[in-house]
Formats: sequence, structure tokens, C-alpha cells
Amino acid sequence: MAVTAVSGVVNRPIPRLRRLEDERWLALSLLTPTAILLGLFIAYPFFEGVMLSMTSTRVGIDGQFVGLKNFHKIWNDSIFRTSVWNTFWYTGVTTVFKLALGLWLAMLLNRHFRGKALVRAFILLPFIIPTVLSTFAWKWMFDPTFSVINWTLFQLGIITQRINWLGDPDLAMTSIIIVNIWRGVPFFAISLLAGLQTISPELQEAAAIDGARPWQRFWHVTWPLLLPVTMVVVLFSVIQTFADFQLVYILTGGGPANATHLFATYAYQIGIGTGLLSEGAAISLAMFPFLFLIVVVQLLYIRRVETR
Amino acid sequence: MALVSIRNVNKVYDGGVHAVKNVDLEVRDKEFMVFVGPSGCGKTTTLRMVAGLESITSGDIAIGDTVVNNLPPMDRDIAMVFQNYALYPHMSVFHNMAFGLKMRKFEKAEIDKRVRDAAAILGIETLLDRKPRQLSGGQRQRVALGRAIVRHPQVFLFDEPLSNLDAKLRVQMRVELKKLHERLGTTAIYVTHDQVEAMTLGDRVVVMKDGVVQQVGEPLELYNTPANRFVAGFIGSPAMNFAEVTLSGANGKLWAEAPGLKIGVPEPLAGRVNGHSGKATMGIRPEDLHVAGPADPAELCFEVEVEVIEQLGSEILLDTRAGNSTFVASVDPMLRTKVHERLKLAINPNRLHLFDAETEAAI
Amino acid sequence: MIEGAVWRKWVFYNIPLILFVFILLFPFYWMIITTFRPDGELYRPWNAVNYQPFWTNNPTLDHILYLFEETSFGRWMVNTMFIAAVSTVISLFCGVLAGYALARLNFPYAGGLGTAIFVTYLVPQILLFIPLAEIIRNYRLGDTPWALILTYPTFLIPFCTWLMMGYFKAIPKELEECARIDGASRFKAMIYIILPVAVPGIMSAGIFAFTLSWNEFLYALVFLSSPEQKTVPVGVTSELIRGDVFFWGPLMAGALLGSIPVAIVYSFFVEHYVSGLTGSVKG
Repeated sequence: MAVTAVSGVVNRPIPRLRRLEDERWLALSLLTPTAILLGLFIAYPFFEGVMLSMTSTRVGIDGQFVGLKNFHKIWNDSIFRTSVWNTFWYTGVTTVFKLALGLWLAMLLNRHFRGKALVRAFILLPFIIPTVLSTFAWKWMFDPTFSVINWTLFQLGIITQRINWLGDPDLAMTSIIIVNIWRGVPFFAISLLAGLQTISPELQEAAAIDGARPWQRFWHVTWPLLLPVTMVVVLFSVIQTFADFQLVYILTGGGPANATHLFATYAYQIGIGTGLLSEGAAISLAMFPFLFLIVVVQLLYIRRVETR
Repeated sequence: MALVSIRNVNKVYDGGVHAVKNVDLEVRDKEFMVFVGPSGCGKTTTLRMVAGLESITSGDIAIGDTVVNNLPPMDRDIAMVFQNYALYPHMSVFHNMAFGLKMRKFEKAEIDKRVRDAAAILGIETLLDRKPRQLSGGQRQRVALGRAIVRHPQVFLFDEPLSNLDAKLRVQMRVELKKLHERLGTTAIYVTHDQVEAMTLGDRVVVMKDGVVQQVGEPLELYNTPANRFVAGFIGSPAMNFAEVTLSGANGKLWAEAPGLKIGVPEPLAGRVNGHSGKATMGIRPEDLHVAGPADPAELCFEVEVEVIEQLGSEILLDTRAGNSTFVASVDPMLRTKVHERLKLAINPNRLHLFDAETEAAI
Repeated sequence: MIEGAVWRKWVFYNIPLILFVFILLFPFYWMIITTFRPDGELYRPWNAVNYQPFWTNNPTLDHILYLFEETSFGRWMVNTMFIAAVSTVISLFCGVLAGYALARLNFPYAGGLGTAIFVTYLVPQILLFIPLAEIIRNYRLGDTPWALILTYPTFLIPFCTWLMMGYFKAIPKELEECARIDGASRFKAMIYIILPVAVPGIMSAGIFAFTLSWNEFLYALVFLSSPEQKTVPVGVTSELIRGDVFFWGPLMAGALLGSIPVAIVYSFFVEHYVSGLTGSVKG
């Protein structure tokens, strides 16, 4: 191996001051704006929220430290318990339906037909139109006296008595669930459609040649390959639904007789409506462990599915 | 003067992988140096350290008289051609080639002149307004080359630039690269896993394996006197035949023996064997085997059974077996033989190689 | 694909699809028809006879005029637009830079930071709105657009970052390596090479962020109080309902007009929007 000694003097230039050529410095400066904003408006309020929930602050009155008293109080609050139950029921039922209907719609769309792009664009409308505004349309459709749904069902001879969609405590939650499903199905459908489109049609054809029937093809080929996307979509939807505020606030405001409160609307009612700030903060914080658990479980599951 | 000296360079990745071990060599001014080896041998890492894309764990790299260890790539005055060409997809061919000059604040007229000159050399004048996605693989390759040459850098770095081309285009571009280098005379470091590219392009070739340089030398030097068994097997196609043999002296002659095989080791090779253990690996290239004729001494002949016959037109490759050793022989295309036929092969005595069984170094 | 008989195609495919489209779009149709229907036709009981709910022969612009004359609807639109645009720009700026750092630079704790941002992406507004309201008041930002412009990025930045990380990861590393060898600093390589290549991703993130801020309700409801500061969703909710009385005509007109800017943005960039949506779930 020929190693010629380099002629005597070796030039070692002092590197010019180029901090940003160092990946760590560049990364630090690129992340700073984000860190400041998120620190100021997420980390700090979270910390403040925890502190607030352990005082007796009301609007206009600085409270004193009361420890876990607020949490103890809401634990014994029957409306809070109803809200917890409602939140889980609401999240569970809507997720199942959104997944089933969304998958169905995605499979209907996963073919070539004329106007497909247009249909896909229109289908997403419920998801992109501001929730409050479209929910008002539903509230109007659910109006106790002027409901177009009741009119239609009556004309078709299905009902003779009016259905009090939002005024009946037993029915109100179902009505809210219907609206949530309506709003969420497009998101599921379009996301799952994107997942379906990454599955090569050759796999379907190979399975068909192997003698698999359509249902078997779905169960053994499509579903397992779609699972990672499905899990992420479900994760997003569950979090969104669990923390939902707008639908209930607009449709029933938590009523009738506090029957349809969720974590969010109850926290709002106590914290802002009644002005019991620290109690409201305690209610929204009570949601945190559940949310945390959901996120951790789903992230672990997603990781397992992806590394399989 | 643009020599590149790589002195005792090591690269240890964060995970503890020691990718490059004590590489110590010098690329001379105007030299076309090829790094070759199997994937993961550290050749690309070495190149990237010269480029400044990887940090150096220990050692020094100098370009010209300047140690560049801590210089960012932009200050090293080098140009690099990547395997996937790395053309900027949002820029036209012209702007792709002009980018490096713009970054160095060249005059507009100078940029224009240099880009057009380079385009003329590479025959891509008509493509200057196109976007990369409108180009064929060969055209993209030329643009990537053009982007490197407009800058008149001190050193060209090539990272397997031909491996994304189809076989025919690859041969054509290989020739053009060679011509280009002769014309420009810029020092070049070229990384490839293809030993044919290494042999045809390199003024000198560095063979690497597991982060260690195995041998540095001119192509024919590597071919004729490989430093160890790895280089012997890596350089040359079809690859050298190896047989595990026992060495023993009898009647004043050194014999290399294996089941079904007994070869008299010719001088001066036999003289170098002293001091090595009885076991060794014998190596002989397919082109150094031929069907034995009356003039071949018996001690250089052995009997084999033909297993596969590969007709290549200009030659015939015979896959043969002697005992538990297999030999590929490149023989006269006029030879008529059949599978399972037994015939006698003779070796070219000056071309026999022996490698130490333990160290694998050439004897 | 595997095809069957024509009737099967209709039963299993076309008819369900038509039903889906009908149900998903009907509320919007109802919004539109209500907007243009005079009050006299609007308030007819559900079991009234000779009633045509699905059409009107006497279209009117009264409800829309009411919106602009009796409420600050115009202001709300301008407010919403301004807040959505500015918070989108801020979020894009932060998200693109952070996404670039997390996707393409090696630095200690990069993985942990990425996960942290993903987790903040999942922190819903409802968890923080009460303490945030206090903080906003302490910073004297209450009842100004800045209360929202500064807080909306908390859920937009994580989204933009996450989406941009996906885009940046898909761009070959050699592009910026080549730029750096060509004489660009890391920063210039990002500005001149990587960002232009990522423009489709930036568009997706921007459009998505814009619709998300237009849609936001809770923060706007809590942080704003005077009628002329409100955004469309909050204004419609608080000013068009008096006690138990709903002004359905103007309400639906407000819902319709408030949806139009989002719908227009969406219609121009459907493909970007969809790729943003699907990109966000791929991660």
C-alpha cells in the first residue's frame, strides 16, 4: 500500500463560524418557534390546569389550595358519573358504526366508475364543513315541531306519533350519535380508501385464483393489510370523539335533564357556565388518564401491527 | 494539485458498528481511483467521509494541502455524482447544472458559458429546458455528470453512478466516463461493487472488505498478483477456482494434493512455501486452465468430470469436478464434449496461486 | 377486478353508494332550501297537509339580508378569515421547520421529540380551555383575535409537523447532500431544494390547517365575548338564538354562508386536502 508522506506543512484552516452546519444547532433553531408556542400554550396551561384543579378558584375569586377536594367532589357527582358513562358509550358506539360504514363506503368507492372524483369530493363535505354549522342543520331537521324527518316518516306511513328526537332523554343520545356518525363516516371512508388503494389488485386476483370467495378474500387479504391504517384512523377518531364538545353543545347543551353531558360539555357548564373554574378544570383533567390510556394502548397496538 | 490523502481513518457509527478501519492511502493528482468491494464493505462510507457527508471518527482526510475533517461539504470544492442522480426535480436541467455555480456566486454570463460548455461535452444541449422527470435514465446520468463538471472541482466523487442503468447503457457510459476523465484530468474517486467497472475505469483500484483495505494497486496488478484469497476471488470474471489442498514435499518436488487432484507446484511459487503449514488454498483462474495436450507435463494435469457446459460463443465455460473440488475452465470454443465426459485439464504453471489456509494471504 | 352480473352491480354497489351520497349530502340541501324559504313556509308543523318541504316556489333573500343588517355577520366572516389565515401561516412556518428537523436531521432525542409532538397532536382543546382562558386573560389577550391566533397553532403545529415529517421523509436524502456538495449550507439546501420539492405537502398542510381553524369552536366560544369580535360558528350560535327562540332562517343562511369559504378552498384543492387527510393517518 503506497502511502506517500504529504509534503511537510499541513494546512489546517480554522472552520468559519458556521453553527448551523452542525445538525444539532440547526435542529435546535428550527424547533425553537414550535417549542415556544407549544410550551406557552400547551405545557404551561396544562401545568396551570393541574394547579387550578387543586384550588377553590371561581370567576373573579382567587381560591385557596384545597388538595384533591374537587376531584373527590366530582367523583360523588351523579351528573359527572353520567357524563363519564355517556362519553364511553358515545365513543364506543359511534366508532363501531363509523368504522363499519366507512369501510363499506370505502369499498364501494374502490372501483373505477364515472364521476368517482366528484363523488369522493362531495362525500367529504360533512367532514370539512364547520361542525357547528352543519350541526345546526341537523338540529333544525330534529326540531320537535318542524322536523323534516318526522314529516317524511309520517308521509311514508311509518309513524303516527311525532318523534321527539332531542327532547326525549332516552332518544337524545341516539340522535347525537347519529349526527356524529354522519360527520365521521367520510373521514373513515376516505382514509380507508387510501389504504385500500395501496393494496395491489393482484393480491385479490391471486386469492380469487386460489379459490377464495369474496368474503374470504376480504377477511384473509384485504382486512389484515388494511389493519395498520385502520388502527390509526380509529385512534384519531376515538380521541376526537372522546373529547367532543360541539355536537352536544349545539344539539342539546347537555340536556334534557343533564342526560347527554359528555366530559367536555359538563366541564364547560361547570367551569364557564357556573363559573366554578377549578371544578371545571378538575373535570377536564379527569379525562386525561382515560385519554392517556387510550393513546398508549393504541400506540402500542399500532407498533405491534406495524412491526409484525 | 488535488491529491486526496486518507490517513488512518476510522468510522464508528453511533450504534457501535465499526464501518471503516484504519484506511490509509493516497489518491494521486489526476488519478482515477476506484473503490470496490461487496456491499457493506465501507467503500461508500469512505467516499462520504471524503465528501463531508459523514463525520470522521479518527484520522485525517486532506484534499490538496488542506485537512478537511471539519469543513462542511460546501467548502471542500468537490463534486459528487450519486447512484440515484439526485437531480433537483423542481429545476430544469439548466438550473440543475447552474445551482452549484449560483451558490458560489458566479457571474451570470460565466454560469451560462460553463453550463453550455458542459452540456456540449455531454451532448445534452437540447435538453437544457427540460425537467428531470422528462428525461430517460441515460440522460439523467449525463445531467448528473454535467452538474459535477461545470464546477471544475478539485475532486470528483462517484457513488455507484452506473448501477441504475441497464446493462447496455452501462457499458456505453463506462466508456464515456473514461473519455471524460482523460479529457478533464480531474482527480476522481469512484465507488462501485462491480469489479468489471473497477478494472476498466480505475488507474488504481482499492479493494475493501469489512471496512479494511485488502489491496491497492493497478488493475492488472490485482488480477495477476492478488494479495489474498478475497481479492483473488473478487477480481476477475468468472471467478478464480479454489481448492483446499495439502502441501507435501517428495522427490525434491512440492506437491499440492486434494482428493482426485495432485499438482506439482512450480517454481518460484514452491520456493515461497517454506514456513507455511501443510494446508493451503490453491487458486487458478478459469482462463488459465485448458484441455491437456501432449506438450503439457503430467504434474500440471488433472482429470475432471464435465458437469455443465456453458456455450458463450467466444469461449466455452466448463463446470467440472475433480474429487470434491469444482473447477470452471474457459476453453476453446471449438471443443466438442458432453456432460459426464471425463477429460484432462492442464494448468498454466506461471498462473497458479497459493493462499495461506489461516491468514488467507497470498504465498 | 372481478365483475359480476349487472343487477348484482346495482344491488351491491350502485344503490348503496347512492344512498350514502344522499344521506351525507341531505343536511346541506336542507340548509340551502331553508335559507331561501320564507318564514311562512318554514314554520309548518311536521304533520301539516299539503306541505312541500323539499322545494319552495317563493324563494326569498330575507334571511340573508337579516344576517347582514341585524347582526355583525360580515364582521364574523372577516374575523374568521383573518384568524384562520394568520394562524395557518404561523403554524405552517413552525410546522415545516420542525418537521424538517425531525425528519431529516440527526440530533439527540429526535425520536422522543417526534413522539412528544405526536402526543400533543392528540391533546384535545377541551383539556386545556379553562386554564388557557385564565392565561389569555393574564396576557390581556382576551376578546381579541390574538387570543385565537396564538392558541390555534397549538393544535395546528403538531398536525403540520406530523404531516410534513411524512413528506420530508419521502424526499431522497441525496438531494440535499448533493446541494451541500454543490456549495449550499444546510440551511440553504433546505430553502432552495427541499422546501420547493415539498410544496405539495405544504399546500396540503396549509389547506388542512385553514379548515381546522375555520372549524374551531370551543376556544372561540370561551375567549371571545363582544359580538363584533366573534367568529362565524360562535356568532351564529350566540346571536341567532335568543333564549329558546331559534331564528332558523337566518341560522341556516349563516350556516350556509359560513360554509362557503371553506367549501371554495376545499373545491380548489380537493386533491391536496385528501392527500393531507390520508397523509396524516399514515404518519
